[in-house]
Amino acid sequence: MSEPAKRTIRVDTLARVEGEGSLYIKLVGDRVADVKLKIYEPPRFFEAFLRGRHFSEAPDITARICGICPIAYQMSAVHAIERALAIHVDPAVRLLRRLFYCGEWIESHTLHVYMLHAPDFLGYPDAIAMAHDHRSVVERALRLKKIGNRIVTLLGGREIHPISAAVGGFYKVPSKLQLRDLVDDLNWALEASLETVRWTSTLEFPDFEQDYEFVALRHPDEYPFNEGRLVSNTGLDIDAAEYEDRFVELHVKHSNALHSVIRGKGSYLVGPLARFNLNFDKLPKIGQEAATQANLRPPVRNPFRSIVVRAVEIVFACAEALRIIREYEPPGVPRVGAPNQAGVGQAITEAPRGMLYHRYALDEKGLILAAKIIPPTSQNQKRIEDDLREYAARVAAWPLEEATWKCEQTIRNYDPCISCATHFLKVTIEKAGAV
Amino acid sequence: MSSEAPHKPKVAVFKFASCDGCQLSLLDAEDDLLGVAGAVEILYFPEVTRAMGKGPYDIALVEGSITTHEDAQRIQEIRRKCKTLITIGACATSGGIQALRNWKDVDEFIRIVYATPQYISTLRSSTPIAEHVSVDFELRGCPINKHQLIELISATLAGRKPNVPAYSVCIECKRKANVCIAVARGVACFGPVTQAGCGALCPSYDRGCYGCYGPMETPNTTALTSQFRILGQTDDQISRGFRGFNAWAWQFRKASEECERK
Repeated sequence: MSEPAKRTIRVDTLARVEGEGSLYIKLVGDRVADVKLKIYEPPRFFEAFLRGRHFSEAPDITARICGICPIAYQMSAVHAIERALAIHVDPAVRLLRRLFYCGEWIESHTLHVYMLHAPDFLGYPDAIAMAHDHRSVVERALRLKKIGNRIVTLLGGREIHPISAAVGGFYKVPSKLQLRDLVDDLNWALEASLETVRWTSTLEFPDFEQDYEFVALRHPDEYPFNEGRLVSNTGLDIDAAEYEDRFVELHVKHSNALHSVIRGKGSYLVGPLARFNLNFDKLPKIGQEAATQANLRPPVRNPFRSIVVRAVEIVFACAEALRIIREYEPPGVPRVGAPNQAGVGQAITEAPRGMLYHRYALDEKGLILAAKIIPPTSQNQKRIEDDLREYAARVAAWPLEEATWKCEQTIRNYDPCISCATHFLKVTIEKAGAV
Repeated sequence: MSSEAPHKPKVAVFKFASCDGCQLSLLDAEDDLLGVAGAVEILYFPEVTRAMGKGPYDIALVEGSITTHEDAQRIQEIRRKCKTLITIGACATSGGIQALRNWKDVDEFIRIVYATPQYISTLRSSTPIAEHVSVDFELRGCPINKHQLIELISATLAGRKPNVPAYSVCIECKRKANVCIAVARGVACFGPVTQAGCGALCPSYDRGCYGCYGPMETPNTTALTSQFRILGQTDDQISRGFRGFNAWAWQFRKASEECERK
């Protein structure tokens, strides 16, 4: 009997992800012999150079880890530091921070749904080529994304690396009138987001369900952004302060990102699927109905359907933004005082692509002694490799180009953010020619 | 330019050590994106497309700083393959926030972040693109301003000089009729030594400029340092202030090192 054919699926530069990585999959017959999601994005050492900086600089510095989700970094930083300093923000500031996150979710999810992920389903290399055949779809995406960015710009001064988030609150807060100016746009965005759910639900999804451990924040009263306990579908229920006792980062040779696993268990999944499955009951009625009409009921275990879940989260973010604007009364002061004092604080917030953990230890001058940052993509990285191991076996017999594209799509299901994870990604499917 | 034009300029976008934010600025130019995409041929832009053309290119936009041996070689190859090379953002024009390693022991940095230091390969310094190859235009900012980016692309396509002023943030602040927070409230503001382009954002949001657009054309850092001392800042604080997102730009580097020597 002859030996099974060896083939390699290899993608040297992964496209339509944020940052630099590659994929390497070695197939022997229909068996997957090796999967490496390689992150060659160069390391930038944020945790090292945060040492000796003042805590007030952390929101500005950590934002620079990621140009797509800077608000997530700013929010995890301010919450962790506020915990270290034992200060509490005005309820209006709490609302504004949720609104700030609504803007980032609308902007980031719309970018991923329409411009990074949808072209895979429809067979285009990119959204620009897609626009030739689906101009009105791409125009809807651009307008929706722009509205997310409008929220961010109003609260933070600019879309990327906003300048107004501060420990204790904001440098400057908007007036009621400025927020009310967003209402017409947001009403349009809410309709467009419902259309996004309908449109994404008509795409074709491979029959691929996995047994995931979903991990996300859960809050008693609301769909999570900045607060809540960290829970999973298998009984995890912890405070942010316990995170490092239960999760561990492993350093693997093929990656400049660290792999996160649950101690004694293994890979887990963070992001829209996890949030949706663990918090469906906290979605507003309009989000639940849109999901149900799209045949989306928790638990959703098919990662390819994350595109529809992201669309549902855009519906949530638009509805939540409108609610906040209705309720908003400006705080007495934009930010409460943050004294220099020693302390340790941890926080977890929900970045668009999953939960983001920060810990800071401060000295009595308010200078950072140690910082720990665990981004969503390094948490998902092992899970992506696990998905690829299962999925590559199914497409092993396909022509190499099609198999490679499908494996790339499997990665893009996670909206990976490689710059974040390198504190991520090359695709090689090795199918060495017939022996 | 009509779509029947015989030759559309071929554009490539390359990334080195960075956060992706500056290339994302192009996608954030929602009103202009399809217009730009129609006027040029996007041959290589991995953040946007899986189609990857090999070049040569008419215009290369380069984001990020050089921090590895491989990247130091890659930028040489890119320079050979493009007519006009434009660097975008603080990482590409001054080394970025990751240039803070240039004053430290990088081996110690690796040990702080990674459990198995021997898996990491990196250079001791983070340097701007212009330290490695000739650059045709440097667009400043952390992040860049998307309107300046569109202006720069339009100017390059038209073969004219881009309208990107090198004066200070103070000029933009005056135009917005902001009350000077440094004078009126004693806030330490880097606006006088920082290049315009952001629209004087920080002072407009009641905080001091933190210099994310890098040094303006003729920055008087000595006078600003003296003024900061009068406002009660320690040399440590002033040095940290200059060591932000453009720490390795020589004017800011010199100013921070002078504070350190005191």
